[in-house]
Amino acid sequence: MHIHKLEKIWLAFGIAMLIVFLVVLGVSTFSMGMAPPSHSHAIDPEQVDTTPPFDQPGLKQVGENEYEAVMIAYVFGYKPNDLVVPVGATVHFTVTSPDVVHGFAIPNTNVNMMIVPGEVSHITHTFDEPGEYLVLCNEYCGGGHEFMKTVITVQ
Amino acid sequence: MNKMEHQFDRRDSRLVITHIVFAFIALLIGGIAGLLQGLVRGGMIQLPAGIGYYQLLTAHGVLMALVFTTFFIIGFLYSAAAKTLGGKLLPVARNLGWLGFMHMAFGTLLATVMILLNKATVLYTFYAPMKASPFFYVALVFVVVGSWMSGFGLFYQYRVWRREHKGKLSPLLAFMAVVTMLMWQIATIGVALEVLLQLIPWSFGWVETINVMLSRTLFWYFGHPLVYFWLLPAYMCWYVMIPKIIGGKIFSDALARLSFILFLLFSIPVGFHHQLMEPGISPFWKYLQVVLTFMVVIPSLMTAFSLFATFEISGREKGAKGLFGWWKMLPWKDVRFFAPFVGMLVFIPAGAGGLINASNQMNAVVHNTLWVTGHFHLTVATSVALTFFGITYWLVPAMAGRTLTPRMNQLGIIQTILWAIGMFFMSGSMHTVGLFGSPRRTAYTTYGEHPDAVFWMPYHVAMAIGGTILFVAVLLMIYNLFALMRTPQGYTEYPVAEVTEHAEATPRLFERWGVWISLVVVLILLAYTVPVMDMIRHDVPGSKGFVTW
Repeated sequence: MHIHKLEKIWLAFGIAMLIVFLVVLGVSTFSMGMAPPSHSHAIDPEQVDTTPPFDQPGLKQVGENEYEAVMIAYVFGYKPNDLVVPVGATVHFTVTSPDVVHGFAIPNTNVNMMIVPGEVSHITHTFDEPGEYLVLCNEYCGGGHEFMKTVITVQ
Repeated sequence: MNKMEHQFDRRDSRLVITHIVFAFIALLIGGIAGLLQGLVRGGMIQLPAGIGYYQLLTAHGVLMALVFTTFFIIGFLYSAAAKTLGGKLLPVARNLGWLGFMHMAFGTLLATVMILLNKATVLYTFYAPMKASPFFYVALVFVVVGSWMSGFGLFYQYRVWRREHKGKLSPLLAFMAVVTMLMWQIATIGVALEVLLQLIPWSFGWVETINVMLSRTLFWYFGHPLVYFWLLPAYMCWYVMIPKIIGGKIFSDALARLSFILFLLFSIPVGFHHQLMEPGISPFWKYLQVVLTFMVVIPSLMTAFSLFATFEISGREKGAKGLFGWWKMLPWKDVRFFAPFVGMLVFIPAGAGGLINASNQMNAVVHNTLWVTGHFHLTVATSVALTFFGITYWLVPAMAGRTLTPRMNQLGIIQTILWAIGMFFMSGSMHTVGLFGSPRRTAYTTYGEHPDAVFWMPYHVAMAIGGTILFVAVLLMIYNLFALMRTPQGYTEYPVAEVTEHAEATPRLFERWGVWISLVVVLILLAYTVPVMDMIRHDVPGSKGFVTW
């Protein structure tokens, strides 16, 4: 099949860019640890309250200025309802849902993940600046969806 | 009466126009819901008691994204079949078209009633374990099965034509219609499995729980090809109709067919890029589908090249000078060109935004924010919708034996400009505020006067203003549709361009459907087998249903 010379140049350039782009994505995912939150970790949504670690939601110190935040996203809020961490804290979020699908997003950060019943979602973020960080649900979860939020105070 | 005035069999015209009118009524009702949402979210009004924001959102999504598009597309594809495959529809094809229409119309009415009764406030993605009335899911089955019947009618017409024209290349427009419908049928298998095997037994209470990850995966197996089902008919107009309207020829038949085949191959095995922020799917399989997603860049670049080559070649044939002299030769005052062309221009930023959405890590910045809403208001609600509007200005008169009067043309230009201005404000604000983290699918809220959310409010007000302009444009479009059926009787051209004589012969391979369908199946199995096995094998406990609205 004949392809016009200019179109060949155009397509060759486009495909080369595409390859460069995909290699950048691939390297950052698999060599630099920037994969999206993907962990497979099953839990019975009806037993969330009695399954560790969700039987004791809250903040646990796991290292020097490093914490695990165990949280439950439910209609229409998060448990625990507010967290306080020091500046520079690295927080590993461990979140699940006992009911429908929720979101877990912190605007102005890269924290943004889906909370699916039956699965536990994990993401890590380091809070370098002090402030009141809004955590909000960005997946429609029902009539009170717009009220679903919490605040992380970094001080 | 002049034979030329009725180029189409009246029975075919009736089928096509019925589809188009149904589509636009859905657009009007969906538009009213959209206007109210914009005003609520901007903090300008509160809904009168009894109407829920998310109920409106469900109606808006279902009526605009599923009903308007599907009815319009099937009407348009049937007109293309009648035009290019023998001049009229075969009785079998026409009957299947009506049977499909009746199923889809019944499904739409049933779904709308369920939404109005607040029994199905689950948005158009109907994510489990939010549980709508089982009749909402039954309604979806009617819409999908109806569309399959229409598809079979189209395939039948095409097969009979090929049998009667052995060894001949099928008309390009018909080939494109077949690819579009084929992609739709392969893609809707996913949502059909979700609805028939998971949602219906569960919502009727025959089984207690549902595998949520599997349901989401089946939904998005369908949900992304859906956007190409909207786009391919617009591409049909861009490839085949626009060259005729500007007085040019198709740049290359073979390349046009190749790009459609590539869209068929690479639009389906890519649903995971909608699920990048989800647990339960390993990074490798997500990345594989991201790579497959980006393959559509190739046919997109081919399309861009062909279109602008056509513009330039036809401009130069009319005597254009200089590098960009052909730009002035384009028929800017002809709505049949102007509306789709604005759609094409918008597709440049819209496509760039899509690359961001589908990127492995950048998705974290925009996932489920208003950015995404802004993105698909540029793609489907501008590129596709304006092209469909542009098609309407010649399709309806051609079908009805009427003329496109200068006044209707003028109103069409005004409608297009209004749409573009409204969308500039609405989609522009959505993109911007989405980058700041404002969530999509959320009613008016300041999250307890949180400074971040308060900062978003001016953008939400700009969205409402854009939405109001768009609503005026919807009303004008509805007026135009009905006015087009009352213009003076006469002949309106159904524009189908010829291929330029410089183009070379099209390889036969493009119509060896067995080859392409097998390749699609291989890609789908490659992309989905292992992760789906994981979802089933993992023994993930299922979810009971919840009604949270």
